Amino acid sequence: MNRRRSLFVVTMMAFGFAFLYVPILLLIIYSFNESRLVTVWAGFSTKWYVALFQNQQLLDAAKLSLKIAAINATGATILGTLAGLALTRFGRFRGRALLTGMATAPLVMPEVITGLSLLLLFVSMEQAFGWPAGRGMTTITIAHITFSMAYVTVVVRSRLATLDESLEEAAMDLGARPAKVFFLITLPIVLPAILAGWLLAFTLSWDDLVITSFVSGPGSSTLPLVIFSKVRLGVSPDINALATILVLIVAVGIVTAGLYMQRQLKIRERDVQQALAANL
Amino acid sequence: MPYLWLLLFFAVPFLIVLKISVSGMRLGMPPYEPLITWITSQAMDIKINLANYAFLWEDALYRNAYGNSILTAAVSTILCLLIGYPMAYGIARTRPSWRNLLLLMVMLPFWTSFLLRVYAWIGILKNNGLINNLLMSIGIIDEPIVMLQTDFAVYLGIVYSYLPFMVLPLYTAIEKLDLSLLEAAADLGCRPMKAFFTITVPLTWGGIVAGSMLVFIPAVGEFVIPALLGGPDSLMIGRVLWEEFFNNRDWPVASAVAIAMLLVLVVPIMILQHVQGRQLGTHR
Repeated sequence: MNRRRSLFVVTMMAFGFAFLYVPILLLIIYSFNESRLVTVWAGFSTKWYVALFQNQQLLDAAKLSLKIAAINATGATILGTLAGLALTRFGRFRGRALLTGMATAPLVMPEVITGLSLLLLFVSMEQAFGWPAGRGMTTITIAHITFSMAYVTVVVRSRLATLDESLEEAAMDLGARPAKVFFLITLPIVLPAILAGWLLAFTLSWDDLVITSFVSGPGSSTLPLVIFSKVRLGVSPDINALATILVLIVAVGIVTAGLYMQRQLKIRERDVQQALAANL
Repeated sequence: MPYLWLLLFFAVPFLIVLKISVSGMRLGMPPYEPLITWITSQAMDIKINLANYAFLWEDALYRNAYGNSILTAAVSTILCLLIGYPMAYGIARTRPSWRNLLLLMVMLPFWTSFLLRVYAWIGILKNNGLINNLLMSIGIIDEPIVMLQTDFAVYLGIVYSYLPFMVLPLYTAIEKLDLSLLEAAADLGCRPMKAFFTITVPLTWGGIVAGSMLVFIPAVGEFVIPALLGGPDSLMIGRVLWEEFFNNRDWPVASAVAIAMLLVLVVPIMILQHVQGRQLGTHR
């Protein structure tokens, strides 16, 4: 291919990746800065990490966020998987178009709108039935499940769409009951997508600021809410330290997942080759 | 069950927003307690009233905010496309063993906190931030350049945050492209530039549209980026809604702002759903 153009492409790629990573790297470097002024280097220090683990407010918020994220991820995965199954396997049923629309709309809906509409719902529900009383962890969790299940649905659906339906049909022809087919055939094949969906839902909930601000109440400050109120006042080095820890956790997780997927792919390729060899 | 859930927590809330946006006419103005307004409006006869919308239309503040949001989102989308297309193209053309690694590298920022990535830019752009410190220590400038709290910072933040959303659909589209078409064009004497615009762009059009919508739609309603990086005069509609709701506590107007924003976004959302539906269809 044209050399000049490939040089251009490589330059743009390098620029793009630099653009994505330099801010994160700077964040990490300056978390080890001695000085309180985040942007003036004054020597290496880990004191902001110490300060971070003594900050009870941040720790409590992190705990609450973890709890909500875990409950949310589980709920969203169950609902999202069911919705994905319904959309790919049940053919045409009444209200399918509506479900499709509702299952994809939260993906693109601006967060301020989702947050506002959920809050107004909770307020009017409270007036009508007295539940949920006030806003707090329950309302945050419900709101998070609502928007993150859409992501799970998309992931599960695209996996199901590529799944060979003849596998399920073959099992049924051989006399397996629908429930057995589901647990022995469909579920194991879709499982990677379900796991990916769970992680995605967890991360979305863990990160969410805008929707949470609308539906949270006093005493239920999640980590992003605490960070946001701190950041609004300006840069502070313990946030840098916190960011570094979070980035490292995510990086380790992603790399592990990537390596695992690579290995699974190799195993599957080997299995296919062995099966072909056995057939010859 | 997911059906019921979505109906209850997604469809019904919209109806409520719609209702509140057309109610609260008599008492809906700021001096009154918003919650009470709303109860009263429910108690009083239901009468559809577009005063809140008329208010939005007449007040230049809101018109500017909508215009500004769309402009900001559009410019950011184009910038994302200009950076993202060569990136996706490059990734799709590297050796397969590299591809997964590079894709993971595109996705990694997406998995890390959005808020903290925006925060990173504050330290870089500030008056005594990294760029200004660097430039001043070399002696290129004497006075710091004001970068934080400008529209420039908002564009930068949006492009930075949403770039992965652009690169991934583009990559999927470019990867599927049949290279022999380009070779055939080159054999027939077509210049690379012309081949790019007559073959590559039309065939990856689905990816371009999907990526652009994935950036444009959330960018219009963006709140965090203009709140942290933008100045007080950089009005974006997400921020206006937020302030209307949290600071002015005017719920009917906030609802009307939300509905009007949705109306603006209906067309791009439909385009996105159309493109995605077609992509899911071709997978089968």
